[in-house]
Amino acid sequence: MATLELSIDEDVAVSPVKRTRRLGPLFWAAIAWIILIFAAAGLVGVLPLPSPTDMDMLERRAPASALHWLGTDGLGRDELARLIYGARISLIVGLCAPVIGVTIGGALGMLAGYFRGRFETLVVGSMDVLLAFPPLILVLAIVAYLGQSIFNLTCIIGVLSIPAFMRVARAATLTLARREFVIAAQALGATHARILLRELLPNVFLSLVAFFLLGVAVTIVVEGALSFLGLGVPPPVSSWGNMIGEGRESLDVAPRLAFIPAVTMFLTVLSFNLVGDTLRALTDPRQGAL
Amino acid sequence: MSEPALLSVEDVSVDLPTPRGNLRAVDQVDLKIGAGRTLGIVGESGCGKTMLSRAILQLLPKKARLSGGVMFDGQDLVTLDPERLRKLRGRSLAVVFQDPMTSLNPVLTIGTQLIETLQEHLELDSVAAKRRSAELLAAVGIPAPEQRLMQYPHQLSGGMRQRVAIAIALSCEPKLLIADEPTTALDVTIQAQILDLLAREQRRRHMAMILITHDLGVVAGRTDDVAVMYAGRVVERAPTPVLFKKMHMPYTEALLAAIPKIDAAPHTPLPAISGRPPDPTRPIQGCSFSPRCRYAAGRCYREKPLLAASESLDHQYACFHPIQVTAGVCA
Amino acid sequence: MLGFIARKLLYLMPVLLAVSLLTFLIASLLPGDLAYVILGDQATPEKVEALRHDMGLDQPMWWRYLGWLGHVLQGDFGRSFRTGQTVLQAVTERLPVSIELMALAEIIGLAIGVPLAVACAVRSGSAFDRFMTGRAFGMLSVPTFLSAILLIYLFAVELRWLPATGYVPFQEDPVGNLRFFVLPAVTLALAEWPGIMRVLRSDMIATLQEDYIAMAKAKGLKPSRILFVHALKPSSLTLVTITGINIGRLIGGAVIVETIFALPGIGRLLVGAIYTRDLIILQGVVLLVAAGFVIMNFIVDMLYAVLDPRIRYGHA
Repeated sequence: MATLELSIDEDVAVSPVKRTRRLGPLFWAAIAWIILIFAAAGLVGVLPLPSPTDMDMLERRAPASALHWLGTDGLGRDELARLIYGARISLIVGLCAPVIGVTIGGALGMLAGYFRGRFETLVVGSMDVLLAFPPLILVLAIVAYLGQSIFNLTCIIGVLSIPAFMRVARAATLTLARREFVIAAQALGATHARILLRELLPNVFLSLVAFFLLGVAVTIVVEGALSFLGLGVPPPVSSWGNMIGEGRESLDVAPRLAFIPAVTMFLTVLSFNLVGDTLRALTDPRQGAL
Repeated sequence: MSEPALLSVEDVSVDLPTPRGNLRAVDQVDLKIGAGRTLGIVGESGCGKTMLSRAILQLLPKKARLSGGVMFDGQDLVTLDPERLRKLRGRSLAVVFQDPMTSLNPVLTIGTQLIETLQEHLELDSVAAKRRSAELLAAVGIPAPEQRLMQYPHQLSGGMRQRVAIAIALSCEPKLLIADEPTTALDVTIQAQILDLLAREQRRRHMAMILITHDLGVVAGRTDDVAVMYAGRVVERAPTPVLFKKMHMPYTEALLAAIPKIDAAPHTPLPAISGRPPDPTRPIQGCSFSPRCRYAAGRCYREKPLLAASESLDHQYACFHPIQVTAGVCA
Repeated sequence: MLGFIARKLLYLMPVLLAVSLLTFLIASLLPGDLAYVILGDQATPEKVEALRHDMGLDQPMWWRYLGWLGHVLQGDFGRSFRTGQTVLQAVTERLPVSIELMALAEIIGLAIGVPLAVACAVRSGSAFDRFMTGRAFGMLSVPTFLSAILLIYLFAVELRWLPATGYVPFQEDPVGNLRFFVLPAVTLALAEWPGIMRVLRSDMIATLQEDYIAMAKAKGLKPSRILFVHALKPSSLTLVTITGINIGRLIGGAVIVETIFALPGIGRLLVGAIYTRDLIILQGVVLLVAAGFVIMNFIVDMLYAVLDPRIRYGHA
């Protein structure tokens, strides 16, 4: 290519083009929704809602009314209450599982990228074995043997997300570890721990946060799918997946029973995906998808 | 020139919008080349010579704005409809790019890339096209052409790849070949071979050729006319022997002085041109070369000199203080 | 080329071994005892002890693993204590269904994703491009079971055009067979096409900026040829990678879809085994699916080399 053209491209790349377009209205709408869901889930004890487990057999599949703002489900339970309690469960699992992934995976990745050598081969190799399983199959298998519970579910999904976080952390560390500020710190006699924590971690952090948010979205989906099949959160605890699964029975008479939790779940997953992807685009423009 | 020119670039300018402002890559360039003649375009990196070649081919980047006219064989390429332009390209108008590693498609065989051009423009059947491709490869000096047809670009050396690119360019007997820095990406030892190959084919086919380079030494003896470009403009134009004997532009003189001479004493420092080419987004008032010119004086900083003829009509330059030196270099 | 295949095969063996070990370890996670589960309410301490001895459950773990592995390598994956069928029988019965589902889903996904990717790459930056990219992104946030519910509601409940559940083998009734597969395959395809489209699009945008595309234009080739031969072929490598990566998700999605649409495939076998606590089947199916997944990835790696001659011959 012409040298002239090359120098033009360099100019464009060097001057930071503010992608304000990215933090557009969609981004803020997503943030708003996330805050709303968190608020509703957090304030659930304070809100004037009927109990999500109280069954009213006379009022089954009732449409919206003053008492039941979103109607009742197949067993006469308040839909809105179940929705918000379901949000709690989905958010708890959705947040805790990636936390396991990001702490263990992030740590392993950083250590592997920093120390290299046989340790790195060991870590990457064992992650490869984990990745050799189709993920849902592995989750199903472990749930089958260990039993259904929120705790088990969170742990399994968390452990399965370790390879992804490991990769992100390792990739970020590999590019950073060779930069001057690390060599400078080493020359000043800093210990490995200090370098890892003070120099590398802050830089790797942002990529990890972006992936964390994406991990939340994926976890909500996986938990939802399992609960939908009856293999996730055990009833009578309500989760969005459970509700959709139960709503499936009433598709012909009361489709809203499936669609209300479905839409809520979709909006939540979309919001986390949007925020996570935007952050990922900001930290690594090459991989930005939007 | 009595006969109408094969290619006539008329007052062509190319503007590129960038975040830092408008970039004038090519500034009001006029050029003519007749059938069977060679024109060398010489200039430093960034002087706009490649943008000019893209402008002629109508292959500018999407954001670029072209003004002016490009008359080729009686037709204005700028306003020509895309389908007729497509038929001209590869057939009457061919190009050889600088880096054959990137200009050849890495996942297609050499044969495919040759044959598709032949089939597109000459409508040969695959057997005839294959035969012709092998002939072309032999003509450009590639041994064992039939085997080469099945190979991929990365299996060939740099010099061979460029020969392939030349074969592709020559395959449909073009009237004009544009060679954009054809040897810059190659080893020095191969450069002369490739240039000789181009010159030979040009003479044999009576083809017009534009040779774009940053090296004045390349055009000596190989081109009929030379145009020197600086900062997007043509600053001197003359038949090649005339230019080398008595150039008028201080810039041309400086370029010539920068060529190493074999008969100079050892350890003679090479006079480099001080300073850097101007930033194209910030045009300089007055002559673009004035900051670096050792003859620059008052008027040079205020006014832009225009291309004008001197004593002979075919020698034009743009300078207020032209030199009248006869250089001691054999053309 | 042969050396390349041999090296990859050599890497395959330890991975398969590790997969078998992991599967076995998961099975040993069972908090209770397999014998108890099998006997159910007929469990008495003597019977449990006898069954344990019979099944070799009182041996040390590593011994049991080797024994199991030995059986597996001879093709004996165990026998279901619920249905009496061997694992291999159950799997081979259901394999064609799952393969048909996944193949159809991938084909439909490609049929949607590839043209969209090409169209968007050519018009990159335009309103069309941004709209389609946005749609793809949104689609990625729709879980498979959600699409399934939506499609069932629209086409089976409301419009009554297509059946919600059911299956008939292809040999018996091709048209009927395909009718039953439409909704499930489309559901899966809806999860596939955004990934395909996004990656292919960005790859093609990069490819279209390469010098050899400018060269192809300078040669005066037809735009369609430039697009589909010069631009798509280098980008097809990414397509193969994506398809390979998707296989894992496809298998997971197939599990959900088969269960929802009641297709008698391997996914449904797996879920059914969980519902009925048929742990022998579970163990065997997990091993087979995981091994199959590893082998499919291996094949994808091979396909890589075929498509990119640089990998085959090594760099010049």
